[in-house]
Amino acid sequence: MNAPLLSVRDLRVAFPTRQGMFEAVRGVSFDLGRERLGVVGESGSGKSMTGRAILGLVRPPGRVTARRMDLHGQPILNLSERKMRKIRGSRISMVMQDPKFSLNPVMTIGDQIIEAYRLHAGGPKGAGRAKALEMLEAVQIRDPERVMGAYPHEVSGGMGQRIMIAMMLAPDPEILIADEPTSALDVSVRTEVLNIMDRLVRDRGMGLIFISHDLNLVAQFCDRVLIMYAGRIVETLAAKDLHAARHPYTQGLLNSLPRLDAPVERLPVLQRQDTWRDGDPITESLETELPGGL
Amino acid sequence: MSRQMTRRAWLLSDAPQTRNQARLGAIYQGWLTFRGNKLAMFGLVILILLIAMAIFAPLLAPQNPFAQDLANRLKPPSAQNLLGTDALGRDILSRLIHGSRITLFIVGTVALIAPIIGLFIGTVAGFAGGWVDQVLMRITDIFLAFPKLILALAFVAALGAGIGNAVLALALTAWPPYARLARAETLTIRNADYIAAARLQGAGRMRLLIRHIWPLCLSSLIVRVALDMAGIILSAAGLGFLGLGAQPPMPEWGAMISDGRTYILDFWWVAAMPGLAIFIVSLAFNLLGDGLRDVLDPKGAKE
Amino acid sequence: MLTVDDLNVWFGFAPDRVDAVQHAAFTVASGESFGLVGESGSGKSTILRAIAGLIDTWSGSIEVDGQAVTGTRRSRAFHKTVQMVFQDPYASLHPRHSVDAVLSEALKLQGMDDIDARITRLLQDVGLGRGFRFRYPHQLSGGQRQRVAIARALAAEPRLLLLDEPTSALDVSVQAEILNLLTDLRAEHGLTYVMVSHDLAVVGHMCDRLAVMQHGRILEVMDVDALRRGAGKTDYTRHLIEASAGYIRG
Repeated sequence: MNAPLLSVRDLRVAFPTRQGMFEAVRGVSFDLGRERLGVVGESGSGKSMTGRAILGLVRPPGRVTARRMDLHGQPILNLSERKMRKIRGSRISMVMQDPKFSLNPVMTIGDQIIEAYRLHAGGPKGAGRAKALEMLEAVQIRDPERVMGAYPHEVSGGMGQRIMIAMMLAPDPEILIADEPTSALDVSVRTEVLNIMDRLVRDRGMGLIFISHDLNLVAQFCDRVLIMYAGRIVETLAAKDLHAARHPYTQGLLNSLPRLDAPVERLPVLQRQDTWRDGDPITESLETELPGGL
Repeated sequence: MSRQMTRRAWLLSDAPQTRNQARLGAIYQGWLTFRGNKLAMFGLVILILLIAMAIFAPLLAPQNPFAQDLANRLKPPSAQNLLGTDALGRDILSRLIHGSRITLFIVGTVALIAPIIGLFIGTVAGFAGGWVDQVLMRITDIFLAFPKLILALAFVAALGAGIGNAVLALALTAWPPYARLARAETLTIRNADYIAAARLQGAGRMRLLIRHIWPLCLSSLIVRVALDMAGIILSAAGLGFLGLGAQPPMPEWGAMISDGRTYILDFWWVAAMPGLAIFIVSLAFNLLGDGLRDVLDPKGAKE
Repeated sequence: MLTVDDLNVWFGFAPDRVDAVQHAAFTVASGESFGLVGESGSGKSTILRAIAGLIDTWSGSIEVDGQAVTGTRRSRAFHKTVQMVFQDPYASLHPRHSVDAVLSEALKLQGMDDIDARITRLLQDVGLGRGFRFRYPHQLSGGQRQRVAIARALAAEPRLLLLDEPTSALDVSVQAEILNLLTDLRAEHGLTYVMVSHDLAVVGHMCDRLAVMQHGRILEVMDVDALRRGAGKTDYTRHLIEASAGYIRG
């Protein structure tokens, strides 16, 4: 089982602006296996746009091109909206940053999960309901019966995010793209949500793309990390080796974080260099059975 | 050409050197957005033509708009009278051209008075809150409870027929929606961090209202006014049609339609030509409003 | 410099009344940097807003520089002593005011003269060149906006700066720049900071002492060494410190 779930080569996303075409993503290539792949970068690095491009969510006039974007060897680049909708949800799902904006405020949570499930799996309403309850239990929501009847504004942020995950996982997708799933959450809730995602990924053999700005979190949570800068991947490495990162950008990001265990008078500031924009990515030869690494 | 390019670069500079450059740059950015909207440009061109027409009316009009020629009454459009003549043998084209002055006067005055009343009442209500808000908004509700034209009719009937009173009546009935809009905007703005910051600087209520809240409300009001213009023109025409606006022999478009009503089946052009003029100008204002929304609406401008 | 005693802040009326802060008490000495940490909804930002006079439903006592304040009324002297920097640099600058307009208004309100020279100096202080003076907020990045917000706060030449999560909306590399700037400004101008943050590492970097809040109450006040050792007196504090150290696979 070494073939990648998702294989992307030379992905580019461009938007027309008054000053000409602006490329938000400039030639990103990676393979995703049954693993937790972290994508890290600062705002504007193109990390979210990469996730959206995979799901076909880049709105015109934005343009997505790639030499290859295959899901299980089957091209999914620029499919028609109808075909894409079939893939979205049932084979690739996405969890957004803030559950408040992703849940429909006028539908009960139960109805939303059931709908999400039946849209892809079909079947009678009763089966959908059973599945929804099962999913809510899987994300460790106590008293799922009560939550099924609640509206989104009646639940807390952490619970909302767990519900989103339940909803996205109901159709058993092969790939989950999580775009800053815990940035809006408090640290104590964060661990819980991550635990849930971690277990689901492991138990179901899903591929997870975890997009985040938080280097340390990604290093601790993921197997492999892509570091993006100005629309390109500048470094790929195994998460456990993050602190031995070689690219000055990665090192700079790590150093600029204040640390409780190592107090300093002034924080080292990242000195950006133009060469990072177009330099070759640093890739270590990964000693894992995971595909890709590029 | 190269000079042109540098001026453009100067205007679009991300780091303006002077206050004026920054201001002009912002205007230029807006103009570029506006220019991108073809229909809005079309509306703008029509309105510029209308203004030119009003300014140069005596030069443009082929005939005297008041000159009666009973021998030539109700003539269809011809080489001599491009849009035909009315029941008193007056040239309809000349009357339309002169009528544009009246239309612009009405539109301009109402557009000046109504939003200002609305802005003032709405922002004060939204910003002050409490009983001030309650009182001002209930007054607004009372005005809103009546259909606009009926209320305007009542005002004109009380004040006496005439173009000035018609304008006043229209302005007095047009402000409540603006007050509502301004209040709604104010409510979202007043708790913003930048208002809190200004307050912490010791800015008084008047300063907050005038310097911080008004500029933000103004843009959505301008858009709304431009979109409402068509309605104002139609209301003015309606008052003219009912004989309560411009008095004969003034060539007001609504009154002209009213005059043509009697002959609408046999001599269609008498009513249709001013109707067409009203239609075109209303459309132009609507298109312009749409374009202005692209430029001015803070929500749209974020993209 | 700042004394808060038995501070209660509430929103709404019974029965929907929410007690956002209950019986909060702490003191901040002149020149100190004091942190308020806690998770969302713990009331930490609310305390700052009550001090700044942006909330009128509070009771208890707040003394700034020995002067008690009441309600939302603040004296001229207060504005010259206390200024605030807000969390979201995208919401704290007026979208239609250029940097120049923001700063000159702040200076005029404080009755300063020689505004031109002062604006140049303020921009220099926060590490922005002259080229930024006439820009509008939409022409600035998040970090640059936050620098402008800091310059605006400094215009009054205050001695106490209330910092409400000043870097939580920024990228880490920009956060480092802003934190360094705040450190430098404090040393240069002898400022006192009260800093609210959910990020223990940031508070640990910036502050001398901190109060841990939960559900509107101050659980404990500790110094930064205790924070570094993970030595909280309450379970909640220890849990918070542990959780913010990162993700440990469970």
